[in-house]
Amino acid sequence: MRVGVFICHCGNNIAGTVDVARVAAEMRKLPGVVYATNYMYTCSEPGQEEIKQAIRKEGLDRIVVAACSPRMHENTFRKTIEKAGLNRYFLEMANIREHISWIGEDKELNTNKAIEAVKMAVAKVMNNKPLYSSSFKVNKRVLVIGGGVAGMQAALDCADGGLDVVLVEKSPSIGGMMSRLDKTFPTIDCSICILGPKMVDVVQHEKIKLYAYSEIDEIKGYVGNYQIKIRKKATYVDWSKCTGCGACMEKCPTRNAYDHFNFGVATTRAINIPFPQAIPKKAKIDPEFCRQFTKGKCGVCAKICPTGAINYEMKDEIVAEDVGAIIVATGYGLFDLDKFPEYGAGRYPDVITGIQYERILNASGPTSGHILRPSDQTEPKTVVFVSCAGSRDKSLGVPYCSNFCCMYIAKQAILTKDHIPDSQSYVFYMDIRSNGKGYDEFTRRAQEEYGAKYIRGRVAKIYPKGKKMVVRGADTLLGTQVEVEADLVVLATAVISAPGAAGMAEKLHISYDTFGFYVESHPKLRPVETNTSGVYLAGACQGPKDIPASVGQGSAAASKVLSLFSKDMLESDPAIAQVNINACVGCLKCVKTCPFQAIKEEVLRNGRKVAKVIETVCAGCGVCTSTCPCGAIQLQHFTDNQLLAEVNAICQS
Amino acid sequence: MAEKEYAYYSGCSLEGTAKEYDTSLRLVMKTLGVKLAEIPDWSCCGSTPAHTVDHVFAAALAARNLAIIEKMNTHTVTVPCPSCLTVLKKAHIGMTTDESFKNEVNALLDEPYEGKVTAKSSLQVIYEDIGLEAIADRVTHALPDLKVVAYYGCILNRPPDIAQFDDPENPVAMDKVISALGIEVLDYAFKTECCGAAFGVPKRAMVNELTHKILSMAIDVGANCIAVACPLCQQNLDLRQEQVNQTMGSSFNIPVLYFTQIMGLAYGYSPDDLEMDKLVVGADHLIRSRIPVEEYRKMKEAEAAAAKKPAKAKEMKEEPKETAKAEEN
Repeated sequence: MRVGVFICHCGNNIAGTVDVARVAAEMRKLPGVVYATNYMYTCSEPGQEEIKQAIRKEGLDRIVVAACSPRMHENTFRKTIEKAGLNRYFLEMANIREHISWIGEDKELNTNKAIEAVKMAVAKVMNNKPLYSSSFKVNKRVLVIGGGVAGMQAALDCADGGLDVVLVEKSPSIGGMMSRLDKTFPTIDCSICILGPKMVDVVQHEKIKLYAYSEIDEIKGYVGNYQIKIRKKATYVDWSKCTGCGACMEKCPTRNAYDHFNFGVATTRAINIPFPQAIPKKAKIDPEFCRQFTKGKCGVCAKICPTGAINYEMKDEIVAEDVGAIIVATGYGLFDLDKFPEYGAGRYPDVITGIQYERILNASGPTSGHILRPSDQTEPKTVVFVSCAGSRDKSLGVPYCSNFCCMYIAKQAILTKDHIPDSQSYVFYMDIRSNGKGYDEFTRRAQEEYGAKYIRGRVAKIYPKGKKMVVRGADTLLGTQVEVEADLVVLATAVISAPGAAGMAEKLHISYDTFGFYVESHPKLRPVETNTSGVYLAGACQGPKDIPASVGQGSAAASKVLSLFSKDMLESDPAIAQVNINACVGCLKCVKTCPFQAIKEEVLRNGRKVAKVIETVCAGCGVCTSTCPCGAIQLQHFTDNQLLAEVNAICQS
Repeated sequence: MAEKEYAYYSGCSLEGTAKEYDTSLRLVMKTLGVKLAEIPDWSCCGSTPAHTVDHVFAAALAARNLAIIEKMNTHTVTVPCPSCLTVLKKAHIGMTTDESFKNEVNALLDEPYEGKVTAKSSLQVIYEDIGLEAIADRVTHALPDLKVVAYYGCILNRPPDIAQFDDPENPVAMDKVISALGIEVLDYAFKTECCGAAFGVPKRAMVNELTHKILSMAIDVGANCIAVACPLCQQNLDLRQEQVNQTMGSSFNIPVLYFTQIMGLAYGYSPDDLEMDKLVVGADHLIRSRIPVEEYRKMKEAEAAAAKKPAKAKEMKEEPKETAKAEEN
């Protein structure tokens, strides 16, 4: 066996705090190592060329690269040695950057630690076996979760690229948050006017199958072959018969149902169609408020419906769909008023959230687009906007910026002046964050042309005084306390992860951060990929995003799926579990512990029961290997022998 | 109900300017079946300029008392004065979370404090340990004329990680306790507003302005009485009312009662028992209509019956409301 060791300087990243030459010199002393060297950038083209030449000249058959995390360059070097004729699994990487040089400052200690780390890699590589991947067929259908603007864009791009798309939306209509907005910044074009045509395209596209008012129940499988169970929630209205005429909604005697679409600005009927442009435009019953469900008698809608679509006995229905890739576009949530006791915690009707104000501004909203304050339905003359209501506030668990509030506040201030010319808007802000194209000009316009008064400082308290709301805050530019008597106060509440985001991530086997936002594969270079192959992200489920960014990500995720599906077969990772049937006693504990249901029972010809790994399903997590009482199941490339060789290597020194 | 026992740290105010708080609290606790055990040889809590000069010394002043309480039968102390409470809790939290701080403080003490005492404000004991039901059970008198706003002051509920009681922005404990007595309590936006008392000597003009805000908001929401749980709040709002009137051109005449005095009134104690004469702004006009609950109920029932006959349309709406109110009382 002829091992070659290549120590990377990574510029000064490693060489700055590790004596790389000494590490190489130490490696040369090891039995089996016939070649060891150090190089400035091993990942560069000449660096890789050096590896290839050394393999040829020195007849190397095992390679160790001591450099950065294998997450960065393992694939690079695997390809390099493959080109030089070695099996790609005859490569081991020792992570002497993230694990050593970046975290310690003492060069002597770092060097000693690096020597041990590389020794381990040498011991492991000498025990490595050649592995070969097999290929499997790809199901070229894609599931898009979430029918907001990001999900719709992804679905349309995939469908236009010739893929069959399954689009699942949990609310009764697609459109998401954007369908609730009145106008959009910085162009003040009507949100639903630009979104509506897209919504129609989605529903009319022959390649898109839409499941509205449905949720993901279960996801099984792996890239190329997912089995999805979708829960079609009971609407109590047969949508194949419903024409969306709205007669039921008009006659429904329950007038106090919570209006999810309008974020509770107004109430709606217990049977309702969320908004005029809803797609699909179908009615659904809210059993929490419907008298037929709460009191057991009513039936008005059933009597009135001209097509007999009402069915109070309807149950949730589970449907199965098979797909090959998943785009997650589940959007975001918003802080509720109850997070702000100093602003009344929802006790004051004239303190509302930004999205609620959006509905008040909107022509299809509860006030038909006339700005009327909730308490007495009068026109407010003084409107105060409070930015960063929760955002950038560590004490509320939201240390991050919510990204688009500065912009929509400026827009709402402009619209307020448009609607009520003799009104005055005030904006309490921490910083104005307007770094998009045309954004800064827009916030300046709000101030210079529309006379919005911007006050730099935070709001300490909001309290009622007669019919007014007094907003007390700091003006940090003047260095004084200010009080503004307002008719209406709008809080730009923090953007948070969508309700249920964590549960969805667990179903998808993707990671999420402390705040519930999904984690991309690389923050700069792989922004729409996840670490689970076949699952992609789009829009605000990954972090607060405005419309252009969400649409961009929708298209990006679609292009990733299209390129994945450009091949008919995918290669499987051979680093998976394998059962030694001679050692297996058939206890089948592994079947129970496998988180991916990748192990099943098999009966051999002699009638003996053993475990069998389904190669395409196994994710290579290794849970089964530590479960197995007799060491019969081994994770390839991470076998007990290979790991013990590493342990021996450090224990001997 | 088994008798509850608490160590009772009255603090200096309740021996002097807030004597009536002490008297009324003792009476109310007796009625509620709570035994208050005196702390032998208690001393200053440390809520003096000490804590602005030296944290260890301030904590030592508090911890001396905590160490004494630790040797008593009960390890829970109830403290009526929020200033005392804050320093006691602060010393306790500091000494139980930071070993070196604890050693520094204990080095100044004859008897070390080991961190076993729980300190609760008297309001917290009444609200949480005794509970609204037991509070309501003992009511003997109705006070129909009282319209109360509860003023908590700045430090009863803050900072939240020290106070560990109720909401720091919109506390409700006192509102609920007084409501449980059958007395009308109004929503009040300035429950925790600064009254400026700490600047009573150096910056009188500012204090007058701040106090004016608190008083005028109480009048604006329709209150005729302010309930407090802090000797300094009481002194500032009551004693300075005339001063505020003179400097701000107002004409406030709103009595400021300790919540325990209001409880005492509902439990049938006489104004003399509760030392109501110690108030600068008298509350006699509000108490005059005090009436035993039984009589009050009969009176209300008669009123409801009289109202029923002429206005039949109103009947449906009025009736359940009135009976509900009567039951409450």
